Amino acid sequence: MIELDARKLFCPMPVIKMQDEVAKHPVGTLIRICSSDPGALNDIPAWARIHGHKLIESETVEREYFVTVEVCEDK
Amino acid sequence: MERQRKAVALISGGLDSLLAAKVMLDQGIHVEGINFFTGFCVEGHTHAIRKKDKDKQKRNNALWSAEQLGIKLHIVDIIEEYKDIVINPKHGYGKNLNPCLDCKIFMVKKAYEWIQEHDFDFIITGEVIGQRPMSQRKEILPVVANESGAEDLLLRPLCAKNLPETKVEREGWVDREKLHDFSGRNRKPQMALAKAMNFEDYATPAGGCCFLTDKSYSKKLGDLWEHRGEKKYELDDIMLLKVGRHIRPNERFKMIVSREEGENHFLQGYRKQFDSLQILNFGGPMTLVDGITSDEDCEVAAKIVARYSQGKHEKSVTVEYRRKDGEVFEINVAPFKGDEIPEIWHV
Repeated sequence: MIELDARKLFCPMPVIKMQDEVAKHPVGTLIRICSSDPGALNDIPAWARIHGHKLIESETVEREYFVTVEVCEDK
Repeated sequence: MERQRKAVALISGGLDSLLAAKVMLDQGIHVEGINFFTGFCVEGHTHAIRKKDKDKQKRNNALWSAEQLGIKLHIVDIIEEYKDIVINPKHGYGKNLNPCLDCKIFMVKKAYEWIQEHDFDFIITGEVIGQRPMSQRKEILPVVANESGAEDLLLRPLCAKNLPETKVEREGWVDREKLHDFSGRNRKPQMALAKAMNFEDYATPAGGCCFLTDKSYSKKLGDLWEHRGEKKYELDDIMLLKVGRHIRPNERFKMIVSREEGENHFLQGYRKQFDSLQILNFGGPMTLVDGITSDEDCEVAAKIVARYSQGKHEKSVTVEYRRKDGEVFEINVAPFKGDEIPEIWHV
């Protein structure tokens, strides 16, 4: 699993970080991002849906927000 | 058989770009969206920072628009390149520090580069003649097409019938008769079209989606440049201009005083980059100091912070002053009364 740190970045920067990382990896790769912006819980799943990637998990731990996406075939 | 033509749509998250993209989809065009992040976007950041906004729905409107349309959205970070647009706008600023015309030219230019790299055919925007005073006047729209390099590969579906034919129409890639002739600031035609397209929920940002069109924000940015002696900024600078009360008691320093819990939390993340103050014996705002302070300045800063604390009516309040190099000391001060903080100090 690839871990991305997007703490202190506000949306859409966590989305851009995820988008750019996804572009580098083959289908099946799991990418987990940590954000301090609660907007990431909506925006990253929305981005993943649009592009056909799979949302594996999203969770909140205190003031941090984690989203895991599996890279799928780009629609 | 004619191949399906492909267009990239500049998607801001507002109604006009949503409609423009839908008009193209309805003509069988393959549309993908592009959204540029400049660092000056209004919505998400302030909502993410301020606790009072925590109950508001948090969504990126550009992503939301793309999902409604069923298209891909490519979000592009242009923070670094965009600095030159903000600092040296060839066509000047609007009412505030908003370089709207240069901004539009730049974004269309970037979109033009994108379609060349991705083998797309043309660009669409949600521009409407006369909608905005600086960048959407009839005589200005050709300037955007020319200076961006896009020329007649730039189509504005919402007002195309009021403009000369583009290559997109001449070649029959789209049916000009099915495009629109909107003009002016009246939003009713767009709202009617939205209704006809079954869009019931869409963003209607008051005053636009860019902080640079905001008078108060522009004043703070101008103050930053003036006191640094040069027109430069980093992302942290423009983020901090979105937060708190900005108070400049003299030429040596400016204070950023948080207004609520969410801003307190946000400003705490900058304590290693700036001097900071906190009230020790009452509830009070997290405060950053930008500049170099003398002992006398520290006392003035402490009195100001005390004024915005729960101890503002007390005779003495204890303030912790923490320098960014790690030095920490306490100051006991009588809080300023309201009229002891002159209006002119407020940036």
